[in-house]
Amino acid sequence: MSIARHQGGFKRWAPYPALLWTTLLFALPLAAMLAVSFTERGTGAFTIDNYVGFFTRSDGAFAAALVNSIEVTLIVTVVSIVLAYPIAYILAYHIPARWQRTLLVALILPFWTSYVIRSYSWLIVLSKNGIINQLLLWLGLFTEPVELGNSRAATVLGFVHFFVLLLTLTTYANLVQIKESYRKAAADLGASGMQVFLYVTLPLSLPGVAVGAFLTFVLAIGDYITPAILGGSRELLLPQAIMLQVTRTADFPFASALSMILMLVVTAAYLAFAKRLKMERV
Amino acid sequence: MRPRHILVGTTLLVAIIFIFLPVVMLVLYSFQDGLVPVPPFRGFSLRWYEKVLSNRKLLEAMGNSVIVGGLSSTAATMLGFLAAYGLARSRPRGSRAIQYALMAPITVSYLIIGMGLLITFNGIGIERSLIAVGIGHVVINLPLCFAITYSQLGEHQANVERAAQDLGASDLQALLLITVPMLWPTLLAAYFIAFTLSWDEFVIAFLLSKFDVTLPVVIWNMLRSGLSPELNAAGTLVFTTSIALVIVVELLLVRGRRRG
Repeated sequence: MSIARHQGGFKRWAPYPALLWTTLLFALPLAAMLAVSFTERGTGAFTIDNYVGFFTRSDGAFAAALVNSIEVTLIVTVVSIVLAYPIAYILAYHIPARWQRTLLVALILPFWTSYVIRSYSWLIVLSKNGIINQLLLWLGLFTEPVELGNSRAATVLGFVHFFVLLLTLTTYANLVQIKESYRKAAADLGASGMQVFLYVTLPLSLPGVAVGAFLTFVLAIGDYITPAILGGSRELLLPQAIMLQVTRTADFPFASALSMILMLVVTAAYLAFAKRLKMERV
Repeated sequence: MRPRHILVGTTLLVAIIFIFLPVVMLVLYSFQDGLVPVPPFRGFSLRWYEKVLSNRKLLEAMGNSVIVGGLSSTAATMLGFLAAYGLARSRPRGSRAIQYALMAPITVSYLIIGMGLLITFNGIGIERSLIAVGIGHVVINLPLCFAITYSQLGEHQANVERAAQDLGASDLQALLLITVPMLWPTLLAAYFIAFTLSWDEFVIAFLLSKFDVTLPVVIWNMLRSGLSPELNAAGTLVFTTSIALVIVVELLLVRGRRRG
């Protein structure tokens, strides 16, 4: 041990370049942003106007954007859980083990396209002459084609498409870890299939669902691209509002304040979830 | 037994259709012999690919993306691996804290990381450029490269390293001649994952670039003028590249597992 310590000069220094990089180019910029969020645009004088402005500017449009963001994100999280659970369950218990990995890899493939291209692809599907419209017209549910993009529903759909995959993964990873003997024991003691699920499998799989739900919430609420492409501009989400401050008005202090508020919401979500999250189980 | 099979099959089928529908539409209508990428399919044509491949802006952006991705992934992999190696082998005081600090960027959205860098660079007078974009991509990929390499640095290599040092190798020699060769599939996997994410990344690239831009930014600008099979073709090329990289990663990791 002592020899290792003597020789350890190089090893001991090895983590510091990365640490320096993260400090200078991640932590410091965040600190700078926090500082800028308390300055007045143009003069640089100290002010809390940017935070007051979150509630008062443009008739409260920014607070409304945060409410929209939280609503959309919650809807996305719930819908994704409901859709992902059966998929994960079937993968874990109804597909032969040697096919599970192949199916998972196949299901995850679209996961690797950028948000921009994935959102654009949904725009094609949802457009006035797109396949969904054609299908609904053919079924007689619509009498004339409707633009399905540029709406909250389209944003939710784009998000759900991505996060169903994520939740399927975390839930599946949890389900395959539940020992088969637990379920067998419950069945031996007379539990019906439904009871085994409700009292054994479901409670034991909740940590995986919780981790997936948390990641979904955090990633969805901070994403700019999906609402910008699919949601249109009728209803703004907070990341869109932040981007507008940068690109249209170059109001960095206000954009910084909005970003800090977004980070605060994510931190709050983390603290609310923290007790339930057992990351190492997934 | 039979109704259950039908239920299982139907659920999986619906899931697969839902997941693949947009990708299939993207690829299919990139071959559209017509002006709009929506049904009906008017026949097979490669003209949109011709258009993409003769679009100078797109090609330049593709080149920029390759350079930014290549350099930033190299930096992220090297920094991440060095940190992982140091933490796994010497366990300095506060190694837990260092680990958390290195992973922290993963919890913050790209938009906020990009904004922070934009404000900082603005403050100290650094122009927006591809270099700035690359710096941002190292920030977001460093935690991943660190986590991937850290998870693969086991006792197995440590023993071989010790053997090498007993035979007189210096720290640096042991690292370069023993650890790196033993770990190369993992290092390459980390590199390609970082490259894929940089290749696809939009928000940071959009905020931090000015005249020279990367591929997702050009695609974004094209998107402003509406749906077009040319966009489908460009998107298909980007998608195919990502998938090819992911398959390489998958093969490397399988290989690493067999060796390790």
